[in-house]
Amino acid sequence: MHTADGARPQDALPELVTPQAGPVPRLLGLLSLGIGVAAVAVPDQMARAAGMDHLPQHGRVARAVGARELGHAAALLSGRRPAAWAWTRVLGDAMDLSLLGLALRTGREQRQRRAAMATGVVGAITALDIAAAVYLTRVAARGRMTRVRASITVNRTPTQVYRFWRDLANLPRFMGHLESIRVGGGGRSRWTVRAPGGRSVHWDAEIVEDRPSELLTWRSLPGTAVPNVGRVSFVPVPGNRGTEVRVELAYAPPGGAVGRAVARLFGEEPGQQVRDDLRRFKQVIETGEVVRSEGSPQGTGTRHLMMQHPAQPLAGARVG
Amino acid sequence: MRANCWMGRNTVEVREVPDPQIMNDRDAVVRITSTSICGSDLHLYDGYIPTMKKGDVLGHEFMGEVVEVGREVRNLRIGDRVVVPFPIACGHCVACERGFFSVCENSNPNAGLAEMVMGHSPAGIYGYSHMLGGFAGGQAEYARVPFADIGPIKIEDDLRDEQVLFLSDVFPTGYMGAEMCDIQRGDIIAVWGAGPVGQFAMASARMLGAERVIAIDRYPQRLRIAQENTGAEVINYEQVDVLEVLRDMTAGRGPDACIDAVGSESHHPSSAINAYDRGKQAVRLETDRPHALREAVLSCRNAGIVSVIGAYGGFIDKFPMGSLMNRSLTLRSGQCHVQRYLRPLLDRIRRGEIDPSFVITHRMRLDEAPKAYEIFKNKQQDCNKVVLSV
Ligand SMILES: [Zn+2]
Ligand SMILES: [Zn+2]
Repeated sequence: MHTADGARPQDALPELVTPQAGPVPRLLGLLSLGIGVAAVAVPDQMARAAGMDHLPQHGRVARAVGARELGHAAALLSGRRPAAWAWTRVLGDAMDLSLLGLALRTGREQRQRRAAMATGVVGAITALDIAAAVYLTRVAARGRMTRVRASITVNRTPTQVYRFWRDLANLPRFMGHLESIRVGGGGRSRWTVRAPGGRSVHWDAEIVEDRPSELLTWRSLPGTAVPNVGRVSFVPVPGNRGTEVRVELAYAPPGGAVGRAVARLFGEEPGQQVRDDLRRFKQVIETGEVVRSEGSPQGTGTRHLMMQHPAQPLAGARVG
Repeated sequence: MRANCWMGRNTVEVREVPDPQIMNDRDAVVRITSTSICGSDLHLYDGYIPTMKKGDVLGHEFMGEVVEVGREVRNLRIGDRVVVPFPIACGHCVACERGFFSVCENSNPNAGLAEMVMGHSPAGIYGYSHMLGGFAGGQAEYARVPFADIGPIKIEDDLRDEQVLFLSDVFPTGYMGAEMCDIQRGDIIAVWGAGPVGQFAMASARMLGAERVIAIDRYPQRLRIAQENTGAEVINYEQVDVLEVLRDMTAGRGPDACIDAVGSESHHPSSAINAYDRGKQAVRLETDRPHALREAVLSCRNAGIVSVIGAYGGFIDKFPMGSLMNRSLTLRSGQCHVQRYLRPLLDRIRRGEIDPSFVITHRMRLDEAPKAYEIFKNKQQDCNKVVLSV
């Protein structure tokens, strides 16, 4: 078994629909651009508006603030890592507020009025920036995919293994968290996962790549609670030694109560889950059953290892 | 049912536990008639094997009568008399297909635990820790037998339990130890450990054509059993220097092959060396005391074979790698692939070439298991092998 960082190169998994950040980064970028241009072009007026024109080198300070804002604008309008840049905007706001604090304490009456007004404006912008930064951080987290790879060698031909996987209804026989897969037409299927508290979670998926005896790729349809994509490939081992089965999975951590329940199903270490699933897959395809002992009546499962039943017969009804 | 349970270091108890049931279609349930205590059970008893749990049913050497079969078991019927091999093997993985049943790739549901200690997992074993599967053992009235269509061998003759029981482990284990020596005409085979496994290794070496067999132990009774039943020459390592004597017995060559039938709890006549290894074992710097193995390597003739069938659990210290490498020695080992040997060894028993019951010194009842472990561990009453009838 192998969690493959060093696995042979393969085509990338098809991308899931990544959550969109919408117009927020662009609006923040334009705001930065406006402030930046003004502060660089007419620094003295800006300083006066902020009630800071009595401070030494106020022109230079205003130009520096302007340069910073132009930097923010460039970064935000580029669209890359908007959450991080929204947070540096918040940092810049904090610097501006402390400068205004200085003006408020040291200026004369009229200047103080101007400084107070400017503080109100910057305060509002700060509130806006914090809201935007929090929003963009959440969006980024939703877009972060958890990727898992694992592999195992089984004593069957690629064709036999492919046929077994192609009949998706077989998957719940070895995938611990799957309750059922109902196969519909056109490569579509409905997956049902057991959730704690007797609930279950469904999603629909489609097969997007189907190369007999070679590989199979599936992807959840848009609008599911747990967007996910998976691929399994089958490579014959030279010398009649069976088939290397390599699985790649990616899923976006879900949000909300249902999402948390599903996340718990995938376990704290999703890689371990997949490795356990593959071990059970090997048992099922080679021996016809999931191997059970008195200590591990549910069969292979790393989560069960820590809560082993003593190795003595279980009371009660037949398991399995 | 009644079953002998591990309850902690140096404690076993015969307790009432639930009756076993079919859990998978390839399972059978056997009503046990005879079961024995193995030297390797003492490693569990002494607490040297990790991942034991209070309440684990012990025992991996047992036989009895089939009382229930799963839907997929077509080779056995209720009422069949069977001996059950100790490694649990699926019969369909690459290892099983090649005859390496004790490293079956499927029979250990807790393979993840074994991988942490050993890199890869061997097969599951009855009553032998959770790292090796967490399977209930056969020192009990009944046992569940997974993959019953592959493991158990039917005994149709009127051979007594005592003659066939040891097909479950110690006879094939000793035989494989000898087989790994590639015995040629004129070979001298030295065996460390004259317990039942060592005695079967000696008997098997003879069957495979060894010229001379040498037994090394410190218990006179065991050496006597070996001498009388296998024609072995004997060395009591508490009385002489083993390397010197072996050199002398072979006119300087050394034995052609050396078998370690001792394993992880060997003993050394020098109290200083013994204390060194015991100390490291106590603080878990090494899990096994390898005196016998060290001596086997150093004694073996150039380009000879060292065959390890004594059980080891983890790591050893001060292994004479320089001797092994520079002198072209071959090291071979393995838990016995019992399923491979059942038929040919049963045939040898049937033909009267060997009567394995010669190793038995104690016959007791299952209920007396705690007493039996104590006697066996402390080698009281010249104990060599205990059979428990159920
Ligand atoms: Zn044994
Ligand atoms: Zn197998």
